[in-house]
Amino acid sequence: MSIDTGDRAGTTTGTSAAHAGRAESRQWTARMRRAAESAFPPDQLLPDRQPAYMASWIYVFGVLTVVSLAWVIITGCILAIMGPSWWHVSSTGHFVNSLHLWSVEAFFFFMVIHLWGKFFMAAWRGNRRLTWATGVISFLVSVAAAFTGYVSQTNFDSQWISTQAKDGINSTGAGAVFNVLNFGQMLMWHIVLLPIGVAIIAGLHVLLVRRRGIVPPFADTAHDTDGEVAPTVAPPAGEPA
Amino acid sequence: MSPPRRRARRFNPDRDVREWKGAYVPYDILKEAFVAFLAVAVLIVLLAVVFSSPDDAAVTLKRWSLANPVDFAQTAITELDGTSATASYGPPYNSTPDAAQHIGFFEPAQWFGVHQPIDTAHDFVIYPLSTLVNQPTVQAALKLYENAPSAQQNAWTTAYEKAVGNATEVGGRLHVPAGRYGPVGVMIGTLTDMSQSGGLDGTLLSEGQFYNTNYTKPLLFIADGTYLADLAQAQNLQGPQWGMMNEAGNYPGQAWLWLYTMWYQVPPMKTSTNADLEVWSIMMVLSLGLIFLPFIPILRSIPRWTRVYRLIWRRHYRELAGA
Repeated sequence: MSIDTGDRAGTTTGTSAAHAGRAESRQWTARMRRAAESAFPPDQLLPDRQPAYMASWIYVFGVLTVVSLAWVIITGCILAIMGPSWWHVSSTGHFVNSLHLWSVEAFFFFMVIHLWGKFFMAAWRGNRRLTWATGVISFLVSVAAAFTGYVSQTNFDSQWISTQAKDGINSTGAGAVFNVLNFGQMLMWHIVLLPIGVAIIAGLHVLLVRRRGIVPPFADTAHDTDGEVAPTVAPPAGEPA
Repeated sequence: MSPPRRRARRFNPDRDVREWKGAYVPYDILKEAFVAFLAVAVLIVLLAVVFSSPDDAAVTLKRWSLANPVDFAQTAITELDGTSATASYGPPYNSTPDAAQHIGFFEPAQWFGVHQPIDTAHDFVIYPLSTLVNQPTVQAALKLYENAPSAQQNAWTTAYEKAVGNATEVGGRLHVPAGRYGPVGVMIGTLTDMSQSGGLDGTLLSEGQFYNTNYTKPLLFIADGTYLADLAQAQNLQGPQWGMMNEAGNYPGQAWLWLYTMWYQVPPMKTSTNADLEVWSIMMVLSLGLIFLPFIPILRSIPRWTRVYRLIWRRHYRELAGA
């Protein structure tokens, strides 16, 4: 700890600045900023060029999935603003519900094609296993989100789906805390908990895609041998070996 | 002292990649996202305008008992005598022995126990009738039934169950042949009237509170009858018809549940009494397998073996061949 005695002001000021710099470097905030800048440089977060091999329609389905999710959220927010009964009694509400339904159908359609595309590209290669895992998990959480939407419709479909689905969920023991016949509980899961889950995991997935980049093609068959030594270093932090 | 050398691991084509040394091309990610956003907007508006969305009205106890009072009464007596599907369901609704599904010792529903307790005789029949305080005949019938020994109660409910099997509907009213069923005839007859008036819907939902959003009891009661299932059958929504992945009308429904629903169509799950737990266990294993697929030998090699990637990156490989 430095004490400013006055006669060594210049030296002491310099020491204080150095101490302040060291203290700042240990700050959680500063560390977080440095880690974020290191992981996501602006030209990687919002790239304006891509490798030349990215030349297939299959690459479009990732962004189509994301924008479909945006429409799911937008139409869902309108339904949430007006309340769960609005769409049964209003033609406008019914139309918004139709938009919500078809944006969900589009979301899953694009997501499944995206998933198959990534499977056939073996898109987990090159330290992208966490990217793959977050993609699969976001698909599974989305299935749960859609299911809770179906049982929250307050119509015949929701009655039938919930009374059928209860047996599967109850058989696992989850029915003790996740009661598909409880409309209030399902609605909360549908409009609060699961959308938060989807947004977090899908957001993480997109960030990982930006960080790792898109997976390169397999080596041409002539060079594709297991015996080659890769110019590989230890995997980046946060990624399993 | 030289720094320790990092051991290079062997290249695995299903795990590793070579760094891309080739060309890069301009790519406007925000423009692509904006165009995609508008394209999806056009798509969903078109689909919504052309196909709309299904919205068949919910089934109420009133609607059910008016449409089919015989089925309602036949279901109500099984709720009273404890033989309905809900009464014998087991966890999480009640503790019926050996009712929880299991695979060997794996019996998760039993481990979690009863968390939504339902006594069908009390909750679906006796309690609703007890709210009719201005009907002395009903209250007397209830008192007689509740004070009778269980053997007498069983004799009455058995007699009524037999009689209601031959019941008829005349002008929307329930007519049950005479029999030695004591107060049970008044009880079930009054419950049917109460349901037809709409009173039972509110009573089962309210549970003594003004606000309530838990439909567990009325839904279980309705699902115990055949009315809801008949409507579902007509809409191709039954389990053997690929069940809940469908929805009313000609809509795609939850098509992404096709694999889950498929397991119910194949042996041994098709006829198993533990089908739900078996299917859920299979899906849990498959889901974990999909998450950890990059770590699973053979499975992670399928993309390389099938060579579908050559179709995806055909331009890249064509340029390689040309070079």
